Amino acid sequence: MLYAILCYDSEDVVWAWTKEEEAAAMARLGTVQEKLAAQGRLGPVARLLPTTSAMTLRKGREQLVIDGPFAETKEQLLGFYIVDCTDLEQALETARELAAASGTAGAFEIRPLAIFRPGGQVKGMEGG
Amino acid sequence: MTDLAWIEAALVSARPKAVGALLRHFRDLDTAEEAFQDASLRALKHWPVNGPPRDPTAWLIMVARNAAIDGKRRRAREAPLPEDERLSDLEDAESPLAERLDESDYRDDVLRLLFICCHPALTLAQQIPLALRIVSGVPVREIARAFLVGEAAMEQRITRAKARIAAAALPFETPGAAERAERLGAVATMVYLIFNEGYSAAGHDRAASDRAALAGEAIRLARLLLRLFPTEPEIMGLTALLLLQQARTPARFDAGGAVILLEEQDRGLWNRAMIAEGLALIDKAMRHRAPAPYQVQAAIAALHARAARPEETDWPQIDRLYAALERMQPSPVVTLNRAVAVSKTRGAAAALEMVEPLGDRLSGYFPFHGLKGALLRELGRIDEARSAFGRAIALAGTLAEAAHIRTHLDRLAKDS
Repeated sequence: MLYAILCYDSEDVVWAWTKEEEAAAMARLGTVQEKLAAQGRLGPVARLLPTTSAMTLRKGREQLVIDGPFAETKEQLLGFYIVDCTDLEQALETARELAAASGTAGAFEIRPLAIFRPGGQVKGMEGG
Repeated sequence: MTDLAWIEAALVSARPKAVGALLRHFRDLDTAEEAFQDASLRALKHWPVNGPPRDPTAWLIMVARNAAIDGKRRRAREAPLPEDERLSDLEDAESPLAERLDESDYRDDVLRLLFICCHPALTLAQQIPLALRIVSGVPVREIARAFLVGEAAMEQRITRAKARIAAAALPFETPGAAERAERLGAVATMVYLIFNEGYSAAGHDRAASDRAALAGEAIRLARLLLRLFPTEPEIMGLTALLLLQQARTPARFDAGGAVILLEEQDRGLWNRAMIAEGLALIDKAMRHRAPAPYQVQAAIAALHARAARPEETDWPQIDRLYAALERMQPSPVVTLNRAVAVSKTRGAAAALEMVEPLGDRLSGYFPFHGLKGALLRELGRIDEARSAFGRAIALAGTLAEAAHIRTHLDRLAKDS
């Protein structure tokens, strides 16, 4: 069984870390990640850029692009894609294509990544 | 991160919103600051025991208001200080308030707080320290070091600035759209100036590193503005500009502290996360099709950031962007910068032709003589180049700038 572990924290605190604080936190997390990787249990690891860099695409018959992160609370996080894009326009284009195919209402938040480590092959992955 | 470090970071991050809300409540800067200080002390005492509240900002505002009201009563009756337990039910302090407060509720409070700091009654030398003290909560001793003055002198400068503000009529009514846009423009300029104070710092001593920290404070303020005004393209542009410039900091000075020009920097040292954020923001801004000076400058910085090697820089596009900036914000410094792009696209002679008429207005400006010297050298006019570099050295504001020009003079000596 694969699990996603989603990270929530105060972004003004985390993004204001000094280089030393950042390095210390990353070193502590790195130790755990290395252990998981050695056990063949670690898939992709990603760190998102701050919500200020986000855009939101409202799905539905008339798609609507809004500046800023997804802010509603009546919908829940159901999944995510990691897509390689040359720029924001291409990312939005990709999101529009997925939105049209999904056929539901709801929204996509489009947010660039700060860090991405693809990780190795994980046993639970074959099951899909 | 230890509990204490987390709490301190949370207090710094809550400060602009909390002090802004308290200022609206008390209509007095000193009272607002003292009340926030009080609440911070209580947070340091309560949070490690009870855990941090769900909404630290709302908690701090509520506790600060209660503490200030109790303080007033105390002074009135000269009664002993009430126990914390009796003050209010601290655990529940944030819950009703937190439901009502989101980013937009703080928008005008934070904007007012920042706007007061760039009040026209204040000089620039007062505005920046005041903003750093009140909005960012930087200790006076660090501000004093950054501006190379004694702590007492800086304390006095800030106190005087506050007195001037208290004497002026403060804008407490909710601003209209035009008023809000005007305030946002003034505040954006101040954030940019704070950044420049930090960005221009060079060297490895304590004062230089305190000064360099101002660039980080400015980025923090820009991100704050952007969260409060998420659809303002010029605030996206400002934030992008600061991030894209700050990203180069690790590559800007050599081991001896001399300036390394953009083209000679080790681009591997540039901060990729800052660049990614800056590029995403400028892409977002451009979608609004409302170009303005910060966006244009950010777009120029983005073209440098996108070039993996200096030869890949899109100079013709940079030339066009500087031309646009010249139209929006005519200034000899912008023309000087454009001349650098022109030297790449149309050669040193064309660039020199553009630079020479600026001599009257930029005769005291270090980069003017530096660029002129470099162009003359490229054209083989060695004696004139030497005299331009000589002028530049005389005008250098920092050792790093002087050291940079000296390397030019050394090269000239080798050439001739």
